[in-house]
Amino acid sequence: MPDLLSLQGVRKRFITSRHNTTALDRITMSVREGEFVCIVGPSGCGKSTLLNIMAGLDTPDEGQALFDDRPIKKPGPERVLVFQEPALYPWLNVRANVEFGLKLKGVGVKARRERADRYLGLVNLRRFERAYVHELSGGMKHRVQLARALAVEPRMLLMDEPFAALDAQTRDVLQGELQTIWAETGTTIVFVTHNVREAVILGDRVLVMTPAPGRMKQEIPVPLPRPRSPDAHSVVDLASRVRGELTHDIYASPAPEDSYAI
Amino acid sequence: MPFRIVRLLAFYAALVGVWQLVAMAEIWPPYLFPAPGSVFDSLWHNIENHLILDALQISLKRLAVGYLISFGLGMVIGIAMGTVRWVDETVGSLVLGLQSLPSITWLPLALLWFGLNDKAIIFVVLMGSIFAIAISARAGVQSVPGLLKRAALTLGAARWQMYRYVVLPAMLPAMIQGLKLGWSFAWRSLMAGELLFVSLGLGHLLNLGRDLNDMSLVVAVMLVIIAVGLTVDRLIFGRVEGWVQERWGLT
Repeated sequence: MPDLLSLQGVRKRFITSRHNTTALDRITMSVREGEFVCIVGPSGCGKSTLLNIMAGLDTPDEGQALFDDRPIKKPGPERVLVFQEPALYPWLNVRANVEFGLKLKGVGVKARRERADRYLGLVNLRRFERAYVHELSGGMKHRVQLARALAVEPRMLLMDEPFAALDAQTRDVLQGELQTIWAETGTTIVFVTHNVREAVILGDRVLVMTPAPGRMKQEIPVPLPRPRSPDAHSVVDLASRVRGELTHDIYASPAPEDSYAI
Repeated sequence: MPFRIVRLLAFYAALVGVWQLVAMAEIWPPYLFPAPGSVFDSLWHNIENHLILDALQISLKRLAVGYLISFGLGMVIGIAMGTVRWVDETVGSLVLGLQSLPSITWLPLALLWFGLNDKAIIFVVLMGSIFAIAISARAGVQSVPGLLKRAALTLGAARWQMYRYVVLPAMLPAMIQGLKLGWSFAWRSLMAGELLFVSLGLGHLLNLGRDLNDMSLVVAVMLVIIAVGLTVDRLIFGRVEGWVQERWGLT
């Protein structure tokens, strides 16, 4: 499979009146078509900035971000970002939220309805299509957001710690659903999390980042059969290895000048 | 009937009763302090002979035109203020300054510019409400969470689509109070303007009552003005508020 997305030497600084922070330092990575890649790293390692660059909501100061071999210049529905907080529109009901991206594209009413039916079914929310956002539980809001992103049929789904604010049970359920959805749609997914076990359950590969400035530290393949249970020994073992990489980094000396190309 | 409604009715019955007693005591002659009966007679009589309804229609039309223009312009000015820094720093200061000017002070200029006609009075109504609406639109735009805008962009929204489908609806909750304020300013400006020159509206009827020494007519028109205020508040703004509370889940 060819690379769908590749970052080459991406660097990003944030300049404020008090000081300059390097959020991302020479990030080089790529994602193949159909792949599920998880990125883990401690808070403040620039994971969200990285996803924003992939989504086109932010631009790198140096280096290149390529999608399908073309530079990413602006956001677009072929690379949809799913946020940590479900960014739903309270004045629209669940169905209208899911159809939102299709309406922007100018898809006709009938086609919109069919598409929304399919993805509402995929996230098990057909029964709640008429509900308004404030009537939904946290997990349901995240499902709606996921359905809304899937409905525009993006080539790549960028997920920014989407389950971080949920309780453990809901997170388990949604991780299971996401695996099923990925298997059914074949969409390429880049999934950012600080939850190591979540990364191991979901990803084909796990990329480990270092904190401030964010660099790519290591790539850990996850050769485990799917679907993966959160309690399987193999999952727990691999998660503890990844966690080792992370903690080593938090307590150890500053990362070396050269980033690891992955 | 629930107790609250009984209590409300009793309150108003008592109020009218006291009014009746004061009128019967004849502290002031009836042509200065009309009894409730003669006010309601005058109200009924003047509704029947179309005097009040015609005046009401004229006033409401001016109000609607003035308020709609100031809603449109106020939204544009306010959104520009809330989005573009330099507009806020230049136009914004002017808007704040003009907001503190009672709009009836525009009447002399308006009469010179437009002549003795509807345009002059609509201009005064416009000046009464536009700044309140612009200021609330500015606050409304700034209250829209960046997350909602970014969500639209990532789903493929063009800039105008983001404003049309996200910013406009999302700014509504923060704007309701400002829209109401603009409406009440518009209503007050209209009455003041109509009182000050012959114009056939409700304000003009108040003047007519004074000229004819018909205080019953004056009080009857005041009741009509109150009724219009309450109706618009309940029917229009009450509905918008209810809709926002339902959709956003606010209580």
